[in-house]
Amino acid sequence: MKEKLRSLWQKLFGDSVRAFGVVSFIFLVSLAVAPAKNYFSEWRHYQHGYLRMIRNRSDANTLQRHFRGGIQQIWLPELDVVDRCTSCHVGLKEATLADVAVQPFRTHPVIPHKLDQFGCTICHRGQGAATTVAEAHNSTLAWEQPILPARYIESSCGECHRGPLPGTPVLNQGRNLLSRYGCVHCHTVKLPDGSTMKATDDPPSLSHIADKTTREWIFAWLKDPQAYASTATMPNFKLTDDDTRDISAFLIANSAPLPGDTIALSTKASSDATAGPSLYGESFCASCHAVQNAAGNLVGGDVGPELTRVGNKVKPEWLQAWLRNPRTYDPPTGMPHYRFNDAQIATLSPFLLAKTDSDLLANVHLDAATPEQIAHGKRLVSDYGCASCHEIAGIKKPEAFAPELSHIGSKPITQLIFLPGMPHTLPDYIAGKIKQPRAFSPGLKMPQYSFTPAQIDALTTALLSLNDRSNTLPPSLAVAAIPESDYEPAGKAGKLMSDLACFSCHRINGHGGDMAPDLTWEGSSVQREWLVRFLKNPGTLRPSLIRRMPRFNLTDSEANELTDYIMTVYQSPAVDRDSMPLSGYSPGQVELGKQLFYGKYACQGCHIVNGNHDKGYIGPTLTQVGSRLTAAWIYQWMKDPQALRPGTTEPNRAMSDEDARVLTAFLMMQKSGAKQEVAKK
Amino acid sequence: MTRSRFTPTQVGTAAPSTSSGQAPGCPAERSEAVAPCRDSRPLSSRAKLRRSPIAMIITILATSLSISCSRKAESARLPKPTAFGAAIVESSGGKQTAQTGSLLQQPVVVQVNDAQGNSVTGALVEFSAVPGVIFDPPNGLTDSSGQVTTNVSLGGIAGRYQIVASTFEKSHKKIDLKLEEIALSYQQTLGRQLNNQYCDRCHNPESTVERVSNYDNLEVKPHPFTAGDTLNKITDADLTAIISHGGPALNKSPLMPAWGNTLSKSDIEALISYIRAVSDPPSREAGPVYAKN
Repeated sequence: MKEKLRSLWQKLFGDSVRAFGVVSFIFLVSLAVAPAKNYFSEWRHYQHGYLRMIRNRSDANTLQRHFRGGIQQIWLPELDVVDRCTSCHVGLKEATLADVAVQPFRTHPVIPHKLDQFGCTICHRGQGAATTVAEAHNSTLAWEQPILPARYIESSCGECHRGPLPGTPVLNQGRNLLSRYGCVHCHTVKLPDGSTMKATDDPPSLSHIADKTTREWIFAWLKDPQAYASTATMPNFKLTDDDTRDISAFLIANSAPLPGDTIALSTKASSDATAGPSLYGESFCASCHAVQNAAGNLVGGDVGPELTRVGNKVKPEWLQAWLRNPRTYDPPTGMPHYRFNDAQIATLSPFLLAKTDSDLLANVHLDAATPEQIAHGKRLVSDYGCASCHEIAGIKKPEAFAPELSHIGSKPITQLIFLPGMPHTLPDYIAGKIKQPRAFSPGLKMPQYSFTPAQIDALTTALLSLNDRSNTLPPSLAVAAIPESDYEPAGKAGKLMSDLACFSCHRINGHGGDMAPDLTWEGSSVQREWLVRFLKNPGTLRPSLIRRMPRFNLTDSEANELTDYIMTVYQSPAVDRDSMPLSGYSPGQVELGKQLFYGKYACQGCHIVNGNHDKGYIGPTLTQVGSRLTAAWIYQWMKDPQALRPGTTEPNRAMSDEDARVLTAFLMMQKSGAKQEVAKK
Repeated sequence: MTRSRFTPTQVGTAAPSTSSGQAPGCPAERSEAVAPCRDSRPLSSRAKLRRSPIAMIITILATSLSISCSRKAESARLPKPTAFGAAIVESSGGKQTAQTGSLLQQPVVVQVNDAQGNSVTGALVEFSAVPGVIFDPPNGLTDSSGQVTTNVSLGGIAGRYQIVASTFEKSHKKIDLKLEEIALSYQQTLGRQLNNQYCDRCHNPESTVERVSNYDNLEVKPHPFTAGDTLNKITDADLTAIISHGGPALNKSPLMPAWGNTLSKSDIEALISYIRAVSDPPSREAGPVYAKN
């Protein structure tokens, strides 16, 4: 062995000429490594592939002209972007390559941003400066952020766009879920604009719970909230029977009676079995509350709690007090104060109480609570942070109960503990945590939610958008959300409006729900007499909608008070109510308007003027529009509906003044009383 | 070994690292996994080295690493079928639209039948598609009604995805059922949103509890956007003209109003791209179908 090595050494480095020659050769070879490596680089391979692919295409000349060889780079210093993705993804900007299915040569789908202005990694993440496939797309030792899976791509939109966008339904849903499911009660989420994300779920106070429900129901609810109502947003804490028994004992023992939240009604329920359901229907309870029908489908809105098994939950005397005036028990509730009389309450409450499920409480048998159980229950309530969401007398709302999530989208992977078999990426970690929080450790307090896979994707998307980039973005690049205004009407009418919970459905000056029309300019729009009548007894305006304005049994003075306020305050500067007369249009104008209505503009496609032959089902019925709307409003509406009510479906027809005037004349002739064949459905 | 290239047929960014057959992430493990490939000397010299204890340790290390690597690459075991069918049919879930990369709203349900057309319980069904499409679960045995249900998320690139549900006959012959699903790009998603707000009420004949269709109320029936036979013959320019100037622009019914002052130019482009995406039979502009070869 030694001999052989020595002879080899002699052969190569025996004399100076030989040594010089060999060293030169080694030097040459090592020098050649760099250009060879460059020549065999991946991006060159792909560029060759691209040139081969376009050679036989009809648009080869154009593509060839656009092609630039070598490493390409998009450099945007202010965004911290150095993206060389276009070195391999050569055809991103070639719209004619839409038929190409092979990557990396596909054209980029149409988006509102220019690639040169934003680069690639802003949205897709990955390592922009890398020039090999593995380093650019995957995480490496020096780079943690792999390419963002397409299912979470909208999180990147959310880095700059802080409000909802029409093209990002997943992100919008995720952000709503964070508020709607009360995630932000425990987890603080500071948004990049400095505000804190607010919860929209309004969990009830538990300080007077014994007035409302029984200990048995609390027990069943805590064990499995979704068994009571599949739509419940309350998560499952996976409590043991003993813990549940003690928490329910504590909550009942801790509850103090509230004067007036229970009543003993002397009126007997009406013997008519259909009276209950018809009052429930007439009051449009289903606009907000859902009930599971016989087929197992939920019917109704999701503003209020589901009522499928409400009879198992509430005590009759509490329900009657609640129906009389919900604000006694819960002043800020979104439920309107209906002003039901005793006979109506006596009709509605047995109907609701009959909505029961015999299985729900069948196996719940609780002995009287001992002081030890109550004390243990109190400890558990503090431990699980129940007071983060619910108001509980004697227990303080814990501060920062769960980790803050303001920067969760940039959490380093080294700080995460993954489950066995789970891909080591941040999105997978977040999705896993939402899906099964206790799988990470049985001792964790985060409860089990019952999200669908799509909801988990949406939540993950929203959380990923809360990252370092979104927090350090130059203000010039951020697109702010339109903040929810805190508009509250003033005075006596304002009190009445909050008592009737108008804002649960209607939006005024940027505040309120979106179930019913925006009333910001209602005073310019409608006639006084109609509004008083409508408030007293709301009729059907839009036959195709199943959600309608309920009848609140207002007194004359209340209806007048509300009408006066609306007519005075909610006035649009663009509409001068008195500029056009309510009647007295010439028959010629009316006839011309009629021709335009049925001919040129074909309004009957969506609206009904004559119930005998018009069938349009989308817009409001116009049979009595001349008694409802002001002429000036109709005229302005014809000219530009979106200016008066942004987002309305009515198309802007850019009508000439003359067309708008004669159509207004025709519509103003449609008075109530003249035609009684109103399609009431 | 780590520098595996994307195959040109790779579609979607949903699972880029899995195509290389490695556990994604876990950088430490990956850097060690390179060790066995560094040993690239000729076989004869390696055989000599094996005598020294250091070489032994290296060999053991390399072997154990390669075993641990291969364990990761091992595919999930298939359940054992207890029955075999003669045909596989779609129950529901075909021809859905979803955003790229996202879950289809409804799961895909297929049914295995025997030669007489009765459902078969316990037959194995496997789902497959181009890489990037994720099935949850990717396979399963048919339940008591002969069905298997899976949630599907589409790949990261917009277009039509062919998904294949396959089962085996008694003779081990494979029977395939091919379904098509549509992944919408950003622009098409925007178009879908505009469609829901402005067009759907008249152009979609289906009524739901929440939304009553206006289709039946119209004297001249609008085209549902899936009516590819008609809509594919209308050029983009003509569609744009009808949407912005109304039906009369092309001698069609005035019941179609002009939307040119309500929708922007890019809105109308988005709508048309959505209409092209959902038309059936597919329009030429709908792009390629991603199918497993």
